[in-house]
Amino acid sequence: MSLSTEDRRARESRTPPVTTQAAGDRPAAKGMPLRHRLRRDRTLLLMTLPAMLLLLVFAYIPLAGNVVAFQDYDPYIADNAFQAITQSPWVGFEWFQQMVNDRLFWSALRNTLVIFLLQLTLFFPVPILLALFINSFVRPRVRAVAQAILYLPHFFSWVLVVTVFQQMFGGAGLIAQTLREHGHEGFDLMTDPGLFKFLITFEMIWKDAGWGVIVFLAALAAVSPDLYEASAMDGANRWRRIWHITLPALRPVVALLLVLQVGNALTVGFEQILLQRTAVGPGASEVLDTYVWNVGITNGGFSYAAAVGIVKGIFGLLLVLGANKVAHLMGEQGVYKK
Amino acid sequence: MSSLLSGLTGLAGVKPGTRGRLRPAWEEEPSRTGLASKGVVLVLICLAVLFPLWVVIVTSLSSVRTITEAGGLVVIPRGITFVAYQELLGGGQVTRATVISICVTLVGTVFSMAVSIMCAYGLSRTGSVLHRPLLVFMLATMFFGAGLIPTYLVVQGLGLTDSYLALILPSALNVFNILVLRAFFMSTAQELIESARIDGAGDVRILWQIVMPLSRAVIAVITLFYAVGYWSAWFNASIYISDPEMMPLQNVMNQLVLKQERPTGLAQVINTGHLSPLAIQMAVMVLALIPVAFLSPFVQKHFKEGMLTGAVKG
Repeated sequence: MSLSTEDRRARESRTPPVTTQAAGDRPAAKGMPLRHRLRRDRTLLLMTLPAMLLLLVFAYIPLAGNVVAFQDYDPYIADNAFQAITQSPWVGFEWFQQMVNDRLFWSALRNTLVIFLLQLTLFFPVPILLALFINSFVRPRVRAVAQAILYLPHFFSWVLVVTVFQQMFGGAGLIAQTLREHGHEGFDLMTDPGLFKFLITFEMIWKDAGWGVIVFLAALAAVSPDLYEASAMDGANRWRRIWHITLPALRPVVALLLVLQVGNALTVGFEQILLQRTAVGPGASEVLDTYVWNVGITNGGFSYAAAVGIVKGIFGLLLVLGANKVAHLMGEQGVYKK
Repeated sequence: MSSLLSGLTGLAGVKPGTRGRLRPAWEEEPSRTGLASKGVVLVLICLAVLFPLWVVIVTSLSSVRTITEAGGLVVIPRGITFVAYQELLGGGQVTRATVISICVTLVGTVFSMAVSIMCAYGLSRTGSVLHRPLLVFMLATMFFGAGLIPTYLVVQGLGLTDSYLALILPSALNVFNILVLRAFFMSTAQELIESARIDGAGDVRILWQIVMPLSRAVIAVITLFYAVGYWSAWFNASIYISDPEMMPLQNVMNQLVLKQERPTGLAQVINTGHLSPLAIQMAVMVLALIPVAFLSPFVQKHFKEGMLTGAVKG
C-alpha cells in the first residue's frame, strides 16, 4: 500500500522519489543477496526474537507434546516430563478407541454443545440489542456513563463474578435472605444442577454482554447519517430505518462474530465452570475442557486427557474452517479472506 | 511535531462530541412516555451491574452488629468501619496474596508489553527479510491450541512449577494483542519514519521516539488488557503452584469466599465477635475489584481501537 501511495505522490509532484529507501520503508529489494538483507534488517529480527521464542516454547513445543496421547505416559518414569515422554511406551490409538465407549466423554460433549447452543441463542443477541438501545440515546454524556458501567464487569475475574453471583443467588445470598425474612423458603440457584447451564449463561451475559456492545456501536457509528435522513424523507419510520439500514450495516460484524463463536463452540466457559463444578456435580457441569482437566491434571491420566484434547482441537479447527466457509458462501468476509 | 502528534492522537481517540449529535431535524420527536420508559430501562440495566457491587462494598464496610441485624448482606449502610480491611491488610494470608498479585501483574505486564511491542514493530515493516514467514508462524498459533495437558507437561519439564515464572511466561503473549499493535504501527505516517531514517535514526530509535509516542492510545488499551489478564488469572496458579504461601489474590478469594474456608490467622478475631467472616469475604472481593474498576474508565474511550483494528487487518 505504501508503495502505491508513494508512486502516486511522486507522479503528482513530478519529482522522482529521493532514495530507494523512501519508496516503502523496506523495499522487497529483489536481487539483493539474502546476506545483505539479513544485515539490513537484523534489528527487526532481533526485536521479534523474544516473541517467537515464547511462541515456540509455549505453543509449538506443546503441540508436539501431544504425542503423549499415543503413549502410555508415566510421569514417574523419570524426573523430568521431557525425559518421561521419551521413555514412555507407545500404545497407538488405544486411547482414542477407549474414548468411543467412554460414557463420561459423551456426557461432557453433550454438556458442551448444550451450553454452546444456550450461548448462541441467549447470549449472542444481547450485545446487539444493547448496542441498538444505547445508540438510540442522543446525549453523549448518557452514552459514555452507560458504556462505562456496562464495560466494567468484563474486567472482573471469573472468581469475582462467580462470588458476586453466589452472594446474590446462593443459599446464603441476598435473595434467599430477603425471602426468608418475609417468611418464605430460601432458595439456592448456585447448587441446582437442573438450572446450572442457564446460570452460567446468565453469568456470561452479566460479565461480557456489555463488552460485546463496543464492536456493534463502532459499526453503527460508521453508518452514514445521510442514509437515515434519505429514508426518513421517503417516509420510513424509526423501525423501518432499523430494519433496512441499521441491521444490514451490522451484518458483516454479526457474521464475523458468529464465525468466531461457532469456531469456539467446543471451548465454553472453562474457568467459570471449573469454579462451580463442585457445587452442582460433574453430571450437569462437565464440559470437554473440564473433563481434560479432571482426567489429566487431577487424576494423572495424562495420555487419555491429551487424546480428548486432540479430538477437541481437531473438531474445533474443522468448525472454524467450516463456519468461515459458510460465511464466504453467504458473501461475508469471515475471519480470514480466501 | 507536537501539534502533529496531538492531531494524530486526537484522531485516534473518539471525540465525545462527534458521535453525540443532537437529534437531527428530520428525525421524529420521541414521545414523552417513550423517553421515560427508555430511561427507566437504562437505569435498570445499569443497576443490574452496580447493585451487587454496592452490596459487596457496603457489607465489607459494615460492623458485626449491622451485619447481624441485616441477617447477612447489608443493602443500606449504617455507619462505616474499616475493621475488615485493617485485619486483612495488617499482615497474613490476604496481605501476602495481594502483594504477590500486584508484583506478578506489574512484572508480567511490563514483560508482555515489551515483547509484544518489539514483535509488533519488527513485523510491521513490510518487505523486511523473513517478514512473511514470521507472521505466518505467529498467526498459525491462533488456529490451534496445543491443549492443556501438553502445555502442563512442558511447563513441568522446564521446571517452572512452583515458580512465579509459571504465572507469567505461558500466558505472556496474546497474538491478537500483537496484531492490534502491529496494525496501529503500520498506520503511523510512513513519511515520518522515512524522514527519520534519512536523518540516520535506527529501528530502535524510530520505535521509541516516533512510533510509540504516536501509538499511546492503543498501547494504553493493550497494557490494560494484559494487566487485567494477569490480575484476574487464577487457573495457572491452581495447577502450577502447590505452596499455599505463594498463591495470588484470586486463588485466595476462591478459597475464602467460594469455598468458604476461614482465613488463616484471623480465626481468633472472628471468634471474639469483633469481626464478621462475611465482612472479611466481601473485603477480599473489594480488594480484587478495586484496581480494574478504577483503571478501566480512564482508558475507556480507546477500547474501540484495541479491538477493531486487529480484527480488520489481521
